[in-house]
Amino acid sequence: MSEVRELSFSAAVQEALAQAMEADERVFLMGEDIGVYGGAFQVTGDLVHRFGEDRVRDTPIAELGGAGVAVGAAVAGSRPVYEFQFSDFATLAMEQIVNQAAKMRFMLGGKVSVPVVFRMPCGSGTGAAAQHSQSLEAWFGHVPGLKVVEASTPEDAKGLLLAAIDDPDPVLVFEHKLLYKVKGHVPAEMYRTPIGKAVVRREGKHATVVAAAIMVHKALEAAEELAKEGIDIEVIDLRTIRPIDSATIIESVKKTSRLACVYEGVKTLGIGAEISAIVAESEAFDYLDAPILRLGGAESPIPYSPILEKAAVPQTDDIVAGLRDLVKGRI
Amino acid sequence: MATKSPGKPAASGKNARPFYANHTTEQLKEALRRMYLIRRFEEMAEESYVRGLTHGTMHLSVGQEAAAVGACMDLSTADYITSTHRGHGHCIGKGADVKFMFAEFFGKEEGYCRGRGGSMHIADPATGNLGANGIVGGGLPLATGAALAIKQRKGKDVAICFFGDGAQNEGAFHESLNMAAVWKLPVVYVCENNQYGMSVSTVRSTAVKDVATRAVAYNMPGVIVDGNSVADVNEAVSAAVERARNGEGPSLIECKTYRTKGHSRSDRNRYRTKDEIEAWKNKDPIPAFESELEAHGIANRGEIDAIRDAVEKEIQESFEAATKGTNPTPDSLLRGVTTTGDIAMGVEA
Repeated sequence: MSEVRELSFSAAVQEALAQAMEADERVFLMGEDIGVYGGAFQVTGDLVHRFGEDRVRDTPIAELGGAGVAVGAAVAGSRPVYEFQFSDFATLAMEQIVNQAAKMRFMLGGKVSVPVVFRMPCGSGTGAAAQHSQSLEAWFGHVPGLKVVEASTPEDAKGLLLAAIDDPDPVLVFEHKLLYKVKGHVPAEMYRTPIGKAVVRREGKHATVVAAAIMVHKALEAAEELAKEGIDIEVIDLRTIRPIDSATIIESVKKTSRLACVYEGVKTLGIGAEISAIVAESEAFDYLDAPILRLGGAESPIPYSPILEKAAVPQTDDIVAGLRDLVKGRI
Repeated sequence: MATKSPGKPAASGKNARPFYANHTTEQLKEALRRMYLIRRFEEMAEESYVRGLTHGTMHLSVGQEAAAVGACMDLSTADYITSTHRGHGHCIGKGADVKFMFAEFFGKEEGYCRGRGGSMHIADPATGNLGANGIVGGGLPLATGAALAIKQRKGKDVAICFFGDGAQNEGAFHESLNMAAVWKLPVVYVCENNQYGMSVSTVRSTAVKDVATRAVAYNMPGVIVDGNSVADVNEAVSAAVERARNGEGPSLIECKTYRTKGHSRSDRNRYRTKDEIEAWKNKDPIPAFESELEAHGIANRGEIDAIRDAVEKEIQESFEAATKGTNPTPDSLLRGVTTTGDIAMGVEA
C-alpha cells in the first residue's frame, strides 16, 4: 500500500489500542467512561463493542485505586493501559505512579517489571480552565523509573503508544487534547516509534527549536513565517521527555549555534531548563552564539477567559518574535 | 483451607475444629516453626541494629506472628501477597529464607532486593510476595490489581492483602475494596489491627470500632477474629480464600492483635501504658499455640523444644552467612531502575 492513509490523532491512538489488544490477550484498557461512552475524548470509541467490558473496563471514579490496580495487574502479568480522563487527575494517583510503579523494580532488586501504560490527555486551549488544562510532563520526567513520551503527529501517536505497551517499564503517554483532531499519515500495520529518540522535523541553519507535542506545530508555523525573512530554523520534535535524546539536541545546536526551547508546561523548572542545561553542559556550549531562549507557560494556572488562556502559553507569534530576536545580528 | 492436604489430619472426629481437622501434624508443626522463625528473626534483626550491623529503621511485628502464619500457611507460591512496612512476618509466612532476609538487612547483593530495598521493601516475588511497602495503604491497590490479573487469565490463584488499622483511613483502602467488590475479584483483605497507627489509637483515629464493619459498605463479608490465634486466623482466611477461588469475590478479615514492641526504632512508648503492653504479652500467640498443640496431642514438649532448637540454629547460621555477603559496588547504582536499562547494561535480574 503506497497510498497515504490519513487518520486523526485520536483514531491513530485507537488503532494502536485495538491492534495491541488483537495481538496480545494480556493487553486491556481501564479508565473512567472508556466503555460505552467511548472516553471523554472519544479515543476508545467503540472498542468496548469489539473487545468486551472485561478488556475495555470502565472503572469507578477513583484515580488512586484505578491507577494502583493497573500497577498491580502489570506486576502480576497483565499489560494494562490506564486512561486518565485528564492528566490533571493523575495528581490523585501520584502515590501509585511515583512511589509504587516507578520504584518497584528498583526496590525489589530488579526482580519484577511493571509494564503499565498511563494515557494522559493534557494541555490547554479547550476552555476547561485550571484543573483540566495542565502540562505536567516535567513532573513525571523527574522520576527515575518512569518513561514519558508525547507525540506531535498521528503517526507517532500510534507508534509511541505501541512502543509503550511493548515496554517492560511504566510509561506515561501524554496526548495534547488539541491534537486529537489533527490528521496525518498513519501506516496501517503495527509499528513502533522508538522511545528515547527525537526527530528533526525541519532542517535549518540559524537556530534550533526544541519542542514537543502541539508546540512542534507552532514552531513549524513560526519557522515558515521566518523563512519569508530569510531566517532558517531547525525544529526538533522531542517525542520522548524521559529518557531525553540529548545527542540529537547537541548535534543540532553545534550546527545552528542558537537554541530556543518551546514548551507549554510552566517555564520555571520545566523541560526547557533541562534542555538548556544539557546544551550548557555539553560540547555544544562552545558553539553558542547567543543566550538560550526559553518560551514556556506563564507562572500562573491556566485561566478560563480565552484571551488569558492564550496569553498563558506560547503562541506562534511569540515564537516568531522570540526567534527573530534570537538570531538578530546574525542574518 | 482451600485444598485439603494429603496426609493424615492432625485431629479427627466431629468435634475437631477445621484448623486441626484440615491440617496434618507436619503442617501444624511447620506453622509453629514459622512463628518461631519470625520471632527470632525480628529479635536478631533488632539486635543487629543495636550492634550497628544494620542501618535505617525497622518495624517489628513481635506479638503479631499468628496473623502472618495463619493467613499464609495454606497458600501456594502462585498466590500473591502484598505486605506492609511491618512485613517480616508476611515474608517468612509466605516461605522466604531468612538467610536472604538477613542479607537484605545488611545491604548485601545476596539479599532478596540486592540490598536496594531493606526492611521496608522486603519481597520475594518467587514465592508470590510482591513486597513490603513503605507507604501506608500502598499495597491495597496492588493486591487488587494482582487479583484482577488472576481473574483476567481465568486463574484459580488468590491475592492476600495485608494491611494495618492505620491504612483503613487511607483513600486507597476504600477505592480498592469497592473495585474488588464491583468486579468480584479473588482477593482477601487481611487487616492486622494492632490498635495503633504509629502513636494514634484507632479509638482516636477511626469512626468505627471495628475495621470489619466497613465491609458492609463494600458488600463483602467482614469477619473479626482473635489475631493472636493462628487457628482462628487460618479458619477465617481459608473460608475467604475458598470464596475467592470459587469466583465469589473479596472478603475482609480483621485480626485483633498487638505489637508489643514500639512502632519503629524511634518509638519512646509515650502513648500506651506498661500495663497494657504487659497484658498483651500475656496473650503471646506463640505459647498459646504451643499449649494447643500439646492439648491436642499433636506435639509434646520435647518435639516443641526440638522445633525451637532447629529455628535457633537456622537463625544463627543464616545471620552469620549473611554477614559474609557481598557489598554492592557504587557503579551498580543504576541497576534495576528500568528493565530496558538493565538489558542495555547487560545485567540480569
